[in-house]
Amino acid sequence: MTYDKSTENSTGMPQGTILSVQDVRKTFTLHLQQSQQLPVLSGLTFDVPRGHCVVLGGESGSGKSSVMKMVYGNYGADSGRVLLNHQGAVLDLVTAQPREVLAARRSTIGYVSQFLRAVPRVPALDVVAEPLVERGADRQEARERASIMLARLSIPERLWSLPPATFSGGEQQRVNIARGFVTERPLLLLDEPTASLDARNRGVVIELIRERLAEGVGMLGIFHDADVREAVADATVDVHTFSAARQESIA
Amino acid sequence: MNDDRPLLSVTDAGHRYGDRFGCRNVSFDLWPGEVLAVVGESGSGKSTLLGILSQRLSVDEGSIRYRTTRADGTGGPGGSPEDLLELSTLSEREVRRLWRTDWGFVHQDAAEGLRMHVSAGGNVGEPLMANGWRHYGQIRAKAEEWLRRVEIPAERIDDTPATFSGGMRQRVQIARNLVFEPRLVFMDEPTSGLDVSVQARLLDLIRSLVAELGLAVVIVTHDLAVARLISHRTLVMKDGAVIEAGLTDRVLDDPQAAYTQLLVSSILQG
Repeated sequence: MTYDKSTENSTGMPQGTILSVQDVRKTFTLHLQQSQQLPVLSGLTFDVPRGHCVVLGGESGSGKSSVMKMVYGNYGADSGRVLLNHQGAVLDLVTAQPREVLAARRSTIGYVSQFLRAVPRVPALDVVAEPLVERGADRQEARERASIMLARLSIPERLWSLPPATFSGGEQQRVNIARGFVTERPLLLLDEPTASLDARNRGVVIELIRERLAEGVGMLGIFHDADVREAVADATVDVHTFSAARQESIA
Repeated sequence: MNDDRPLLSVTDAGHRYGDRFGCRNVSFDLWPGEVLAVVGESGSGKSTLLGILSQRLSVDEGSIRYRTTRADGTGGPGGSPEDLLELSTLSEREVRRLWRTDWGFVHQDAAEGLRMHVSAGGNVGEPLMANGWRHYGQIRAKAEEWLRRVEIPAERIDDTPATFSGGMRQRVQIARNLVFEPRLVFMDEPTSGLDVSVQARLLDLIRSLVAELGLAVVIVTHDLAVARLISHRTLVMKDGAVIEAGLTDRVLDDPQAAYTQLLVSSILQG
């Protein structure tokens, strides 16, 4: 069983953390290229305490995005543990069943990616409201909360009923942020959320992040912009230290 | 989502064509509200799998069990306490009852799933009559409601599907299959053969209806983009066997099997 109902401490999950990544290894096997082995991560270890924002650092290609994808369940891990405090129990995302990962996404892990992946015809308002509806909220109430979020991120009201596919890159990005912040999930993954925003909207995002942190939400982020990073980071994990390629070259 | 028992439990299931297996050793569980995509190329066994799940082909090996009891406690056969049906033991009559009350099937070719020379309203009303609806006004109103939900203009209710475009036919077929509130819907390449823009609209419709109604869906597709857009989990089939299974995002972003990596690498990026 992947659920462990015993106390956090006996599972190796430090008190007060929402996420604990422990000794994770990941190698890609590229079958189409003579089964070439591509080592990515080796011994990755860090915690995300509740109410803290942990930033992933390291040069590009060091595996920052891979870490994000692993925590969200898009990538598997070869060994190690990715422990999530999910509804009062500890779930190891490395060994969790697909159904458990889906449940964790619904109620515990939010993800704001760099690009919006939305179904083509759905209006922006519903794209933002969807995570609430999925969790069983009343549609009308979900739309009201979504509209407050869209207004904060200065998406003009005339766009709310249109599908985001027709929006500019910056507008799509803000819809994506609204969607990520509309629910109150205890862990938020932020994958370069401010990459295509102007200074004013970056300020709004910093504000949103700080509000959630104050509410006890734990965050794991990749930030391209130094001003955002400096404004929100409580700790930095240098992914390069855990880069499998680097460790091999040292050895 | 409160009920933790699967709706469908498949264990080591297989079907033989003569001395050759069309599919073999297939196992998975499916819960209400879940969409499972079965992907693979033609000849992979995905249609055979759909055939045994939907009882169009015999289960020659293993077991397929379907839970009949609904959340409100109704639906069990003849008041029997055993509500987990082993499909291979059912009589034809019992299978027909499941098609009437519990299961839907959306075909790739709408002509197989619709009566092409009966009005759109008639096509949607028929399953209600089969379930004992007798009041014409109520049947008509329900059919109108469903045609509206699948975005068929009200003034086309008396026209026959033979006069409709491919996308409209598929939408009528979906209405006919959902109007009686089934719990499990099989879909066989429901969007292939349609223009890309029509496909997107249909997928969006399927996705929102599935979420609203909490349906369990098994969708067979050769198109990984379709799987990505609407399924939660994916089975990859090759030579009659499941070679990879898991969360759809995981199967597509971090494929393990050589064959899955090949399939993923051949997706047209768009």
